[in-house]
Amino acid sequence: MTAASQPRRLGQGGRIDRSRTVRFSFDGVAMQGFHGDTLASALLANGVDVVGRSFKYGRPRGIVGHGAEEPNAIVRLGTGAAAVPNLRATQVELYEGLEAHGNAASAKRLAVALRRLMPAGFYYKVFMSPRWLWTAWEQVLRRAAGLGTVPSGADPDCYDKVNQHCDVLVVGAGPAGLMAALAAARRGARVILVDEQAELGGSLLASTLTVDGAPAADWLALTVAELRAMPEVVLLPRATVFGYYDHNFLGVLERRTDHLATARAGVRQRLHRVRAGQTVLATGALERPLVFANNDLPGIMLASSVSTYVNRYGVAPGERLVLATTNDGAYRTALDWRRAGRDVALIVDARPRPAGALADEARRAGIEVLSGHAVVDAAGGQRVTHAIVAPVDPADPAARRLAGPTRRVHCDLIACSGGWSPTIHLSSQAGAKPRWSDAAIAFLPGTPGQSTRSAGAANGGVGLRACLQDGGDAGARAAAGAGFSPKMPSYVMPTVAEASEEPPRALFLAPHRRPVSRAPPQFVDMQLDVTAADIELAAREGYRAVEHVKRYTAFGFGTDQGKLGNVNGVAILAQALGQSIADTGTTIFRPAYTPVSFGAIAGRAVGDLFDPERHTSMHGWHTEHGAMWENVSRWKRPWYYPRPSETMQEAVQRECLAVRGGVGILDASTLGKIDIQGADAGAFLDRIYAGGFLKLGIGRCRYGVMLREDGTIFDDGVTARLDERRYLMHTTTGNAEAVLQWLELWRQTEWPELRVYCTSVTDHWATIALVGPKSRAVLAAVCHDIDLAGTAFPFMTVRRGTVATVPARVFRISFSGELSFEVNVPAQHALRVWQALMEAGAEFDITPYGTETMHVLRAEKGFIIVGQDTDGSMTPDDMGLGWAVRRNKRFGFIGDRSLDLADHRRADRLQLVGLETLDGAATLPEGAQIVVAPEQPPVEMHGHVTSSYFSATLKRSIALAMVKGGRGRMGETVHCPLANGRTLAAKIVNPVFYDPEGERQRV
Amino acid sequence: MLHIHCPYCRESRSEEEFAYGGEAHIQRPSRPAQTSEREWGDYLHFRKGTRGVHREMWFHVAGCRRYFNVVRDTVSYAILKTYAMGEEP
Repeated sequence: MTAASQPRRLGQGGRIDRSRTVRFSFDGVAMQGFHGDTLASALLANGVDVVGRSFKYGRPRGIVGHGAEEPNAIVRLGTGAAAVPNLRATQVELYEGLEAHGNAASAKRLAVALRRLMPAGFYYKVFMSPRWLWTAWEQVLRRAAGLGTVPSGADPDCYDKVNQHCDVLVVGAGPAGLMAALAAARRGARVILVDEQAELGGSLLASTLTVDGAPAADWLALTVAELRAMPEVVLLPRATVFGYYDHNFLGVLERRTDHLATARAGVRQRLHRVRAGQTVLATGALERPLVFANNDLPGIMLASSVSTYVNRYGVAPGERLVLATTNDGAYRTALDWRRAGRDVALIVDARPRPAGALADEARRAGIEVLSGHAVVDAAGGQRVTHAIVAPVDPADPAARRLAGPTRRVHCDLIACSGGWSPTIHLSSQAGAKPRWSDAAIAFLPGTPGQSTRSAGAANGGVGLRACLQDGGDAGARAAAGAGFSPKMPSYVMPTVAEASEEPPRALFLAPHRRPVSRAPPQFVDMQLDVTAADIELAAREGYRAVEHVKRYTAFGFGTDQGKLGNVNGVAILAQALGQSIADTGTTIFRPAYTPVSFGAIAGRAVGDLFDPERHTSMHGWHTEHGAMWENVSRWKRPWYYPRPSETMQEAVQRECLAVRGGVGILDASTLGKIDIQGADAGAFLDRIYAGGFLKLGIGRCRYGVMLREDGTIFDDGVTARLDERRYLMHTTTGNAEAVLQWLELWRQTEWPELRVYCTSVTDHWATIALVGPKSRAVLAAVCHDIDLAGTAFPFMTVRRGTVATVPARVFRISFSGELSFEVNVPAQHALRVWQALMEAGAEFDITPYGTETMHVLRAEKGFIIVGQDTDGSMTPDDMGLGWAVRRNKRFGFIGDRSLDLADHRRADRLQLVGLETLDGAATLPEGAQIVVAPEQPPVEMHGHVTSSYFSATLKRSIALAMVKGGRGRMGETVHCPLANGRTLAAKIVNPVFYDPEGERQRV
Repeated sequence: MLHIHCPYCRESRSEEEFAYGGEAHIQRPSRPAQTSEREWGDYLHFRKGTRGVHREMWFHVAGCRRYFNVVRDTVSYAILKTYAMGEEP
C-alpha cells in the first residue's frame, strides 16, 4: 500500500508513525500520509512536484525547504469562513481529513507571456502614465495579484491571550536552546522554552550524529524529559515567538488545535504576552540557497531540507541527486541520500580543494566530487531534469566568470547549500544592528540593547558541539543576569562525535555564459519572483540604499519576508554597486517573524467586546421605545425617537416643538461629573476655570469655560457648589476623562499644596433633564420636598430632595433656553425615576427627545458645543464668552496670560456669529466655507459653518459660523459655495436666534 | 511595550496602564502676568526634544492615577530611573 500511494516514501526510518495512516487532499486530489508528517513531507512522499505557480511569472514551483523559510508551498486550509490562508506546507502538521489548496490562480497564466515585459519597477514605469489610466489598470492587476484567498466570513474560531512572566525565555529548542534552558533551569530560574515545531529538538530531530555515545535522538529524549519534570519550566511547542518588543516584551503565538482533525473545540490559538527578565535567542540558522539560472525549477531544494525529509520523515524527494555546495556540512546530504539507497550523480563544490573529513568520506563512498565548480543552470519543465555545471574562476572571490566548458548532468533533484544565515530576526527586532562577518559569510547578531543574547547557530555557531556549548553558556549567563547565583551547578557538556569542517566559500550568484541581464532568470526571492537581473537593474537605475532596492524590486516583501533570499540579494546588490556587503547592510527585520492570524491578535476582543459600549441606566427603556442611537465617545446616546413611518427630520421637529411648547425629557447621564472636595476646592476651581468660582454661593451653579495654558477653550460646563468644601463639576460627554486627567495634572504637579481631591462620579449619578414650560408641573407631581416655585428655587441653583421616592439633586440649569430641571439620582434607581416622570408627564404629552433635538435647541440659543463649534484655536472672546472670563483674580487662571498675546487680540480673528440663509428653506451644510466674492479667484476664505439645522420653532434654517471679525459684520451678506457647484447666500446675524433676552429659562 | 516602575505602586507595570505626560521639570512662571511675550512663549511651546537621556512625566492612568517622573533614553527606550513628583532624579 505504501509504495502505491506514497511512491517516494522510504521503506524505513524517520520519526513518523507508519501504523497511523492519515488521509488528506491537495487541490481536490485524495492522498495519504502518516502521523508525524507535515503537509510538505506528505506531498513529497506522494510525488507531488508542483505545489503552486509563481507570483509574477506563473512558473511552476515545488517545495524548497522544510520550515518557516519555505517560499513556494504556501497553502490555504479549508474553505469558507474557517479557511486559513497563507500557511507554509512545511509547517502544517498533517491530520485526518486535512483539505489543502495551492495558490495556482488562473490569472497567473497570463503573466507567463509577459515575463520579459515585467522588469523591476514595472508598475511605476508602465501604469503611472497617464495618471487617469491607473484606476483602470488597478482593477485588472488587483485580480491577478496576491497570494491565496481571503476567508469568506467571520472567523468561527476562538482565540485568547495570556500574560506570562519568566526569568529566562529561551527561543528555539534545538541543541543550543535545550542546553540554554537546562543551564538556566538547573540554577533555579523560571524558564519558558518556545519552539515552533510540534516536537522539541530542532536539528536534532534529523541528526545522524551521536551524543554521549548514543544517537542524538536519545540525548534529546532525556533532556526534554528532565526539563518537563522541572516545576519552574514551561515548555511551549507549536509556538512561534513572532515579535521582540521594548523592555523584553515578546509576542508568542501558540497553535493549540491547528494540528487536530477535530479542531473546532476549544481555543484554536493563544497569544502569550511574555515579559522576560532575560532571553536566549537560539533560533538556529536558515540554509542559503544558491542563485543560478532556472534555480526555481521544482526538484531544486535546500540540502538540509533534503536531509530532513530523508532522516526525519522517511521521504526521498527524488531518485538521482546532484549536490551543489560551498561548504563541508552539506556533504552529509549526499551521504544521507546514499544511505537511503538512492543515486548521487555528483557533488559540485565551489571550493578549489575541498579536503574536509566529510568530503573524504563522500569520495570513499565512491561519489564523484567536482571541485572548483558550480551549478550554473538547470533544465527541465515541471521538474528539473539536468544540472548544468561549469568550473568557476578560482582566483575571483566573487566567481563572476565561467572558467571552462559546461557539462550537463542528468538528475531529478538538486540539493543546494550556499552556507548558513543565522536567524537574526528577533535579535534585530530587539534593537541589535546585524553585523556582517566575512569569516562566517553571514550577518551575525549585533550588540544587544536589551537583556538578551543569541546562542548556537543563530550566533554563527557551526556544528553540534559548538552549538551545545554556546547554548549552555548563554543559559548560564541568562540565569546569572536574572539574579541566580553562578555558584549553583548548571550543565555538563555532552560529548559529540562530529567531523571537523573546513572553511566555506562565498558564492552568492553563480556565473552564466550570458550576462545576468540576458541569462535565464536567476531567482533571489522566489515568492515575489525577484531575480538577480532585477537587483542589478535597480542598481543601474541609481538605487543605492538597500531599503530602496527592496521597495523597488520587492525583494523580501513576501509573506516569507525573504528568509531565503535576503543575504544573496544584499550581496548581489553590493557586487553591482562595487562595495562591500558590510557597507551595503541589510534591511530591517520587523515583526512578525511568520504571519500571525488576526484572530489571535484580536483574542477575545471581538463582537460585543471589540469596542466596549457604555450604556446609561435607561438604555433598555430607550431601546424599547425605538431610539435611534448616536455614538458619543464610548456612550450610546438616543439620537431621536422616531414614531412609525416618521423620518428623522419629522421626528426631530416634533420633539423640538414638544419641548418648546410643553415638556420633553432627555437622558443626560453621559455628561461628565467630577466631585471636587477639599478646603481649597474653590481656590483650585478658580485657577482651573476662566470664571470665578471661589465666591460662588453654596447651592448655586455657574457656567465655566476651561482654557488650555495657551488661552484656547478646552472644555465647558456648569459647576455647582454643593457645600462649603464641595463642588460638582459637569464636563462635556466626550471630554470627561481628559478633564479629570487635566485636573490631576495641575493638582499633582503644579499646586500640590492645595488641599483638593477630584473623583469621577459620572457613572454613579444618572441625569434626567426635564425641559419645557410644563416641566415644573411634571416634577411637582413626584417631588414634594423641594419648593419648585421660581422665587424659592431660581435659575442656576441646586436643591436636594426626593424625586419619585429617590434621594436626588435637582439643578435648575438649561441647555435649551427653556425652564428646565436636571434631576440627578443614583444610577441604580434612575430607571424607576425616569418611568415615574414619564407617568407624571403623560397628561402633558411628555416627549422623550435625543441628542439631535438637544443640538437644535441649543443652536437656536447660540449655545456652543466645544469640539463642534470650536476647534483647538478658539478663545472665549472668539466665541462671545468674554462674560465668562474674570481677568482680575488674585492668582490668575490657566490660560489667563495667553489671552493678552498679540495674536489673540487681532481684530480679524474668527468670531462666532449666526447665519440665516436668504432662502429660509435651504439648510447650509456644516463645514461649508464662507466667502464674499465667489466669482473672483483666488477666493478669499472668511470662515466656515460649524453648526446648521432646520429650526421647526423658527420655521427656517439656522446656522452658527466662525467668521473673520464676524461680530462687526452683522447684516452683511456672505456666500457658501457648495460641493454641487451651487452657492447659498446668507446674512450674518446674532447667534442667539430664539429668546435673546433669556426670559424663558428664568421663569 | 515599555515596562514602567511606578514609584507610588512600587511595581513595574506595562505601558498600557500609563499615559505619557510630556517633558518634566518645566517651571511655570510664578507670575505669568509679569512675563514678556517671549518668556511666556518659551514656557508654552518650547520643549527640548532630547535625543538621548530625557526626563519626562508619566501618569498611572489605570493604576494609582498619579503623575511621576521618568528618566528615559529616547534612543534605546531604556528607562534609567523613575521617581516621585517633587523628588530630584
